[in-house]
Amino acid sequence: MTSLTSETWPQDIYRVLVENRVRQVAYIPDIGHASLIKMCHKSDDMKTVVLTSEEEGVALLAGAWLGGDRGALLMQSSGVGNCINMLSLTRVCRMPLLILVTMRGQWGEFNPWQVPMGQNTNHILTVAGVLTFEVDDKDRIKEAVEAAAKMAFEGPAATAVLISQRIPGAKTFDR
Amino acid sequence: MNSERSKNYPLRRRAVVKELLAQRGDTLVVAGLGATAWDVAAAGDTPLNFTLWGAMGGAVPLGLGLALAQPSRRVLVITGDGEMLMGLGSLATVATQRPPNLAIVVLDNERYGETGMQLTHTAGGADLGAIAAASGIPVCRTVSEKQSFKSVVQQIQKEAGPLFFNIKVRAENLPLVLPPKDGAYLKDRFRFALLGKDAAV
Repeated sequence: MTSLTSETWPQDIYRVLVENRVRQVAYIPDIGHASLIKMCHKSDDMKTVVLTSEEEGVALLAGAWLGGDRGALLMQSSGVGNCINMLSLTRVCRMPLLILVTMRGQWGEFNPWQVPMGQNTNHILTVAGVLTFEVDDKDRIKEAVEAAAKMAFEGPAATAVLISQRIPGAKTFDR
Repeated sequence: MNSERSKNYPLRRRAVVKELLAQRGDTLVVAGLGATAWDVAAAGDTPLNFTLWGAMGGAVPLGLGLALAQPSRRVLVITGDGEMLMGLGSLATVATQRPPNLAIVVLDNERYGETGMQLTHTAGGADLGAIAAASGIPVCRTVSEKQSFKSVVQQIQKEAGPLFFNIKVRAENLPLVLPPKDGAYLKDRFRFALLGKDAAV
């Protein structure tokens, strides 16, 4: 497995968030988002909010938008299932929402409990009215996040970038 | 479960909300779905009320995001015990962020009011004030008497938050006073009232 710290794609995402003037970053951590979360914590311009459930982040960023702040919501694919009813808030109010999902249960997953959500993340988000951008090449993450951010904040719309498990590599317990 | 006691609580929800909002100034108000939204509408519908019609469990985290975005404005979340019970985790999130400009008021009638007045967990052993305190919110009070309610209004206006008040109110079905329900309209009028022309996308 490639060392996460030597990868540059988390920095690419961070730069896109900065360029898009994202001020609130809410998350339930995933190992694939670990270095991005660290960068956001170090930023003077971003408020980072660790959540107890991903649906809180949907509501939090709706409040942020009411107050004039742009946000981003980081989670792993299992967290998408926790958001479904709360996404009605984003949809009925026509608010922006930028979600960055690191995929589990998809490519060489060792934990079968991640598979039911991981195999259906795109479908579930689509049915819930979220525009999705799947990316399985780390060199294309930046443009996917740029595209999703543009459509979120200029929509306004709910968008999600689904970062394939092939990119951070399948999690194991013997790393 | 105690099925009868909340029928006799002295504090009445409409009067409580009216008093909470009488001197609101430029406070930003978020109301949880159901009876609390009707109470807030009954006190006077204004653009700086964001009254939810759904998103159960979302009132507190929504108020938190607003408070973080607008640190110079006071944010007041008014919600019910059923709505609060669905989002208890958000109290720990509020405690972690410690926004000094956020106050949370729960109108606790120990019922799910919109669905037939079924008892909630607060009719049993669940104590929302204790849960908020144990979540780490520094100022938490449970209030059930008219005399002690008077100081709540002053605390909300003056004390540094985050603040949490569980107000025990009488279980009663009141005439509906409905705020607008088009979410896009509620959002747009709120943002334009708060942000001016910068609200335009």
